[in-house]
Amino acid sequence: MELNDYEKEIFCTVAGTTNGDDFEVPAGAYNFRVNGKSVGRNSTKNIDVKPKTDKSGLDITIKPGTKNEQVHIPVAISATGIKEAVYNDFHIGDNSEVTIIAGCGIYNCGPTDSVHDGIHRFYIGKNAKIKYIEKHYGFGPGRGGKILNPITEVHLKENSEAILELEQIKGVDSTIRKTTADLDKNTKLIVKERLFTHGRQTAESVYEVVLNGKNSTTDIASRSIAQDLSKQTFKATIIGNNKCRGHSECDAILMDEAEVHAIPALDAKTKDAELIHEAAIGKIASDQIKKLMTLGLTKKQAESKIINGFLR
Amino acid sequence: MLELKNICYEVKGGSRAKILDHISLRIKPGSFTVITGPNGSGKSTLADIIMGIKTPTTGKILLEDKDITNQNITKRAKDIAYSFQQPVKFKGITVYDLLNIASGELIAPEEAGEHLKNVGLNPDDYLAREINDKLSGGELKRIEIASVLARPAKLFVFDEPEAGIDLWSFDNLIKVFKKLKKEKKTIIIISHQEKILKLADEIIILEKGKIKSKGTPNTLLKTITGENHGA
Repeated sequence: MELNDYEKEIFCTVAGTTNGDDFEVPAGAYNFRVNGKSVGRNSTKNIDVKPKTDKSGLDITIKPGTKNEQVHIPVAISATGIKEAVYNDFHIGDNSEVTIIAGCGIYNCGPTDSVHDGIHRFYIGKNAKIKYIEKHYGFGPGRGGKILNPITEVHLKENSEAILELEQIKGVDSTIRKTTADLDKNTKLIVKERLFTHGRQTAESVYEVVLNGKNSTTDIASRSIAQDLSKQTFKATIIGNNKCRGHSECDAILMDEAEVHAIPALDAKTKDAELIHEAAIGKIASDQIKKLMTLGLTKKQAESKIINGFLR
Repeated sequence: MLELKNICYEVKGGSRAKILDHISLRIKPGSFTVITGPNGSGKSTLADIIMGIKTPTTGKILLEDKDITNQNITKRAKDIAYSFQQPVKFKGITVYDLLNIASGELIAPEEAGEHLKNVGLNPDDYLAREINDKLSGGELKRIEIASVLARPAKLFVFDEPEAGIDLWSFDNLIKVFKKLKKEKKTIIIISHQEKILKLADEIIILEKGKIKSKGTPNTLLKTITGENHGA
């Protein structure tokens, strides 16, 4: 796979495809996309990675019973002015347990915006478990924006489980993240969002989770840091249509002149739906800084430790 | 070792603006000093001033004859370890992380575990845990004390270490203080507890921001317990 240094940095950062400091092609199934084209693709006995014929994107099919396998499908944009929408559909077979590593990074050294809209749809079979890791990262000296708009759709069949780990590392100028899910009986959706904005960046996270099945549960936990003049909006709606449990939490640290807006919504359609929302927005607690300073850190080091821990 | 010269601390407004009123005292190297007194007498403020968390309105602080009055917390932390009365909670920072920070270098889990054992906590149960509100007040307090014991400091200051600790853990804590005393560490403890007062080489009683009396447990303990100071 031929990659320049920026592309390697993106893949190492968003997809963890490293061996020490160097990029390494991972074992298992994968598709590496650079500037709108696939630069490396591999299917395995149990995981089929196939390009779509009608639009840009992939159909990824995981055979029933597949266990402990990974799929990497990261995206890198290293040219200015690229605008793409990519449609990836995941068909997860019954009784399988897999980890899917996605993520996108943009290096923009030019004057024009680069935009990646990633639309991921998950069809998760009965008794299946997936862990989906998606990291976003932007860098480069250009005036052009680094813009990422992910749309994630999750459909969980009975007794299945999905864990979504969604992280915006840094450098993304604008993002609108939309995540929707519908849950059948005895299913579980866990979302762990970590978001860091700085400069004049804007980020909007919108979740709508519909708990249709009896004993379905969801836990949406967002932790974010907003620095400088950045603005974030967190909207989480949980709809309980059956005996179910839902919890959403927005925990944000505000720095400088940044703003965070949290808009929770709970919609219980039956008395057996137990829905909870928690939100806490504020600056770094001064007692946390003082405690770490008494352990020998400077104020700046203490803030950095607190931020890094918070976004872990 | 430590000398406070005419320390005053005043705040604007309030019913009693002068929190500390011309406090002078000397702490000898290797000594075990307990500062006690009624609530609101200025004990915690004095501890905060020693650590640099609060700055005195007037007066001087000398550590090993060096004026540290204007040193910030970070610089003072090279020589002074400080245990907060109210343990601080963090999201995403584990007990192991905190002990690494406290040690000033990356330490092995086994070494970090020894600090936890000192306060009666099982390393296997606690090292990987976040220091958040899922831990009880007593657990947080013991982790706070472990982080202080991990410091390579010359002077150890504990502000009400017994607060929030159950009886079983308190006995463990007494063992820790006895060990520190045996090792000739220089210790200042803010406390109301008789078992801690009994360990002191010197007891200092504060009242309304002033030193009311000083002495050994033999001379002062009866007066203190008779007057029913503290909790």
